[in-house]
Amino acid sequence: MSEEVQIDQEVYDRLIAEGKSERIARAKAKAAGVRKAKEASGEKLGPRSAEELAAKAAPAAAAAGGDTGEGGGVATMAPPAAKAGNGNGGGRLSPEERAARVAASLGKGGEAASIGVPAASAHTHRMLALVPPAGIQQVKTEQEDKVYTWPHLLLVEFVALLAMGSFVLLVSFFLDAPLGSLANANEVPAINKAPWYFMGLQELLRYFHPMVAGVTLPGVAIVLLMAAPYVDKNPSAQPENRKTANLAFTFFMVFWGVLVIIGSFIRGAGYEWVWPWVNGLGFVL
Amino acid sequence: MAKLSLPKPPSGDELKASVQDNVIWRSIFRPGSIYRKGYRDTSRDRALASMNNVLYHLHPVKVKRHGLKLTYTYCLGGMSFFLFVLLTITGIFLMFFYTPAAGAGTELAYLNMRELSASVTFGNLVRNMHRWGAHLMVFTVFLHMARVFYHGAYKAPREFNWVVGVILLLLTLLLSFTGYLLPWDQLALWAVTVGTNMMGYTPVFGDQVQFVLLGGLEIGPATLLRWYVLHVLFIPFVTVVFLAVHFWRIRKDGGISGPL
Ligand code: HEM
Repeated sequence: MSEEVQIDQEVYDRLIAEGKSERIARAKAKAAGVRKAKEASGEKLGPRSAEELAAKAAPAAAAAGGDTGEGGGVATMAPPAAKAGNGNGGGRLSPEERAARVAASLGKGGEAASIGVPAASAHTHRMLALVPPAGIQQVKTEQEDKVYTWPHLLLVEFVALLAMGSFVLLVSFFLDAPLGSLANANEVPAINKAPWYFMGLQELLRYFHPMVAGVTLPGVAIVLLMAAPYVDKNPSAQPENRKTANLAFTFFMVFWGVLVIIGSFIRGAGYEWVWPWVNGLGFVL
Repeated sequence: MAKLSLPKPPSGDELKASVQDNVIWRSIFRPGSIYRKGYRDTSRDRALASMNNVLYHLHPVKVKRHGLKLTYTYCLGGMSFFLFVLLTITGIFLMFFYTPAAGAGTELAYLNMRELSASVTFGNLVRNMHRWGAHLMVFTVFLHMARVFYHGAYKAPREFNWVVGVILLLLTLLLSFTGYLLPWDQLALWAVTVGTNMMGYTPVFGDQVQFVLLGGLEIGPATLLRWYVLHVLFIPFVTVVFLAVHFWRIRKDGGISGPL
């Protein structure tokens, strides 16, 4: 990894004399040292600056009809194939190639306008090369207060998993699930109830026609529930700004809860209203 | 006698290298995995480790600090999911011992439940866990919904995830209800009778809906088989699909909502 790079003492001294800071001088001198070493070993170096590149490209561009100007922010990266093919060094597009590509993207030369990717290119992401800098939107967001998922969140989740697991295990150890006698379609049991989460519906069945209690009301409830985010257009999440919504939802939940509790605990044989401390609990989970 | 010299046991590092440096190991752990040979603590390998880690499809690398507060989510969504997993595991165990048959005189479903409780190792315990877990899951899903509502966490851009949530609630109820019939005891038969009678009042198609649900005119062996397949295969499958969308949307909507 760390070959010792010789810094170019000459450059360093000159920069210090020019009043550059120690840090900048050292960095530039180091870069100069690397360049020297590469030149010494016969390595070919790319253009060092935009000006140098432009100077090299200018005569050729003139020959191509000066079309390159239209491309706006055409970047100067070439697909790897160009590097091997045209031998103009540095792995960049030749001005002719670039002009042709721009023309193609603008729909010149008879072809339909493309997004700037030569048909033969496998590199669709190169289309970015034709986006003018002005067209790139910069999004700046503020850094949020975040923590690493591991260990912070995963640890909490693991503890929750253990707590929940041991709770279910403990309950299951001491409480047996009910198992009645064999199903018999000819013998209606005295206490005949749906599972607790449907007791609200069964209780409603007591007051309404089955079509209302069993189909219409639950249907409306589900549709209302799904529509809630689209009906509630208030953007605030602060409890003090959404009293109506909270009130409505609380009413909904309490109403439902009360029906479930009545159905589960205060209904007995024949679905009659009985007090559990008088006739016993007519409730099986 | 010439002294026998045993080959030197490999050092920890050598052992590690020989385990990691083969075709099988390399095929399991993708580039950037911290278990792969040559993992270095560079920004490139760290980035790959995040992008290629299966767990990071569920969780981002970082989460909002306030989302960790137990009093924000009460971990209710997480609990619902854990219970779903627990129910899957215990349910598979129960499937080994259960036959969904209820023909007159050959009510294997019911007999299997009796045998499970009486003579299968841990059978009774696992059945209890499956039953109590199911009730608990309905409960935690309800509470999770309430927590989401009171936090206004269904507001833009999370409207659709709330809708997905309502579908998950319905699926949870259906899972629980279809399971209720399977022991084929009086409790099961009559609880389900109450429920399916109601569905028979669906406008226009009432009779057809009831016929399809029961696999006949009244609850019988065909109903049991039908509900068994729905309970162990179809509804869990649909639920997993919606859970995947639910979790994916939580991330795409910018993680947990809030703080208030
Ligand atoms: C099988 C049932 C469900 C599971 C396993 C589940 C799982 C989760 C999990 C793990 C979260 C992350 C935050 C948290 O734990 O509170 C979450 C968030 C959320 N859930 Fe659920 N959920 C279920 C049902 C529901 C239901 C019934 C609703 C609403 C009707 C709902 C709506 C939402 C919304 C809107 C969020 C985003 C909340 C936020 O950003 O603060 N989910 N869910």
